[in-house]
Amino acid sequence: MLRHFWRWLILPLLLVTCGVVIVYYTVNNPTDSMVARALTYSNIIKALRQHLTLMFVSMIGAIVVGVLVGIMLSRPKLYYVGRGVENVVNVGQTIPSLAILALFFTILGLGFRVAVFALFLYSILPILRNTFAGIVNVPVSIIESAKGMGMSPFRILTRIELPLAFPVIVAGIRTAIVINVGAATLATFIGGGGLGDMIVTGLSLRRDMIVFTGAGLAALTAIILDYYIAQVEIKLVKWSS
Amino acid sequence: MIKLEAVTKIFPGSKIPAVKDLSLEVKEGDICVLVGPSGCGKTTTMKMINRIHEPTSGSIFINGEDALKMNPIKLRLDIGYVIQEIGLFPHQTIEANVATVPNEKKWPKAKTKQKVDEMLTLVGLDPKVYSKRYPSALSGGQRQRVGVARAMVSDPPIMLMDEPFGAVDPITRARLQNEFLRIQERISKTIVFVTHDIDEAIKMGDTIAVMREGELVQHATPNDLLSTPADEFVANLVGRNRSIKRLHLIRIREILKEVDRAKPAVMDMPIKDIEKRIDESDIRSVIIVDRDNKLKGVIGINDLKRKAGEVAADYMQSLDQSVTSDATLNDALSVMLECGEGFVAVVNEDDQYQGTITLGDLLNVVKEEG
Repeated sequence: MLRHFWRWLILPLLLVTCGVVIVYYTVNNPTDSMVARALTYSNIIKALRQHLTLMFVSMIGAIVVGVLVGIMLSRPKLYYVGRGVENVVNVGQTIPSLAILALFFTILGLGFRVAVFALFLYSILPILRNTFAGIVNVPVSIIESAKGMGMSPFRILTRIELPLAFPVIVAGIRTAIVINVGAATLATFIGGGGLGDMIVTGLSLRRDMIVFTGAGLAALTAIILDYYIAQVEIKLVKWSS
Repeated sequence: MIKLEAVTKIFPGSKIPAVKDLSLEVKEGDICVLVGPSGCGKTTTMKMINRIHEPTSGSIFINGEDALKMNPIKLRLDIGYVIQEIGLFPHQTIEANVATVPNEKKWPKAKTKQKVDEMLTLVGLDPKVYSKRYPSALSGGQRQRVGVARAMVSDPPIMLMDEPFGAVDPITRARLQNEFLRIQERISKTIVFVTHDIDEAIKMGDTIAVMREGELVQHATPNDLLSTPADEFVANLVGRNRSIKRLHLIRIREILKEVDRAKPAVMDMPIKDIEKRIDESDIRSVIIVDRDNKLKGVIGINDLKRKAGEVAADYMQSLDQSVTSDATLNDALSVMLECGEGFVAVVNEDDQYQGTITLGDLLNVVKEEG
């Protein structure tokens, strides 16, 4: 019970405390007036809120779309389309995130929504690829014995393929989060706001404290998120030893 | 009853048919073994019965009903299915694996649980120990057993088995085969069994269908196949040493009554009496049992030289291997060769002594039959 508690609360709580301490310290001990003006509680909370919204909206969208499209492509009828899409996705993944944002800026203009949309598209890629790969790599013998015992294709998908592909899908989601966190700080360049605003402000003012606060909070968010995803994975995947 | 009529299967993109104009009938309660070299179409034939592969032409009847017109899902739910790779679901416990078909048929939970435990016990796995484990925690032989239990759990009248004992060592395989035959005696399913091993075919089959390049060469009982092979291909397949292969066909209990050996001795019998018995015995040894008739060991003529004590227990050597009375004579032979002894002790399921078989007995059988 205590171990359980530790897992779900204490470590994330520690990280949150860490973040609070960083914010408290920097707000109360600004190195000069410029830092004091940039680092107020309202500024920080606004940036953090924007950042989290940016990440959550794009991630949830990416998980839903990525998993659904991945499943669709893994169906026997679309299998070869899936292989093609997988290659396109692999190429897409190599485009730098800044370039993606810049590309969307030229097409869709500035603003928060454009940033969310760009992040969403960029995060779909690893999720879609892993969902597809996870499902098609389920051993043929397992699928065949399920089919031979009279399971319908839908039951095979929900009872066999998805549970077996689950660890791979979660790995894809974790990759997407890592990418997303990195890319979310870049949203500031197309007016998306978020913690990136603080980092860029700090860089242009040459004030390390502002950069550190923004970057530190972004990193802590990423760690907490990844930690929870990992816990969910451990809880749900009991069978692989 | 399963009946295949002029069934042909041509896979897309291939010109040569995998199965060509094949007709076959399997009687109710029989094991029909499909045997032949790899690529002869035996697995394809089996998989057409539950429509994993759809025949290109021809028809398949199961208990008089046209299988090709039935709903494939419903058809498969009533056909037990074991494949070579077993295909246990690694993310489900043994219990959940065995309960696959009952869950598909939406049985009530209590009935499923009861039946699953019953099946696990039947294949020799204690449900208390194994039902909550995952397949990765089981040995190869145990997984095969779970595969068989899973196929039989809903009591399907028909079973399809594709080299179900393929992935284990020869000793475990012989044990699994014997156990399965013992179960089959009780449940008498109609079984189509695929193997490339002619010895297994002779041992398991009520009838054997030999296939080559998609065609049925001969369909006969094991005895007929051994005595009158249809052509040179079949003769080569069953091999030259056909009289030895007959040992696969005869179970130990069939000859045990005739051989009637000396009675076993108990642990506390005085050594004088033991000596006398050894002199009378044709195997120069005496089998020792305890009060419950359980096999304990053996005293050979050489053991007497040691002068260790007064009673039988002091001289006794333990016996490494014994066979059950429903094993075949071939199993007995391989145990003898393995242990380097001219005899083997026969026990029942509870390890109680039943008798002894010697090399001489086997020779007599081969002589008579040949």
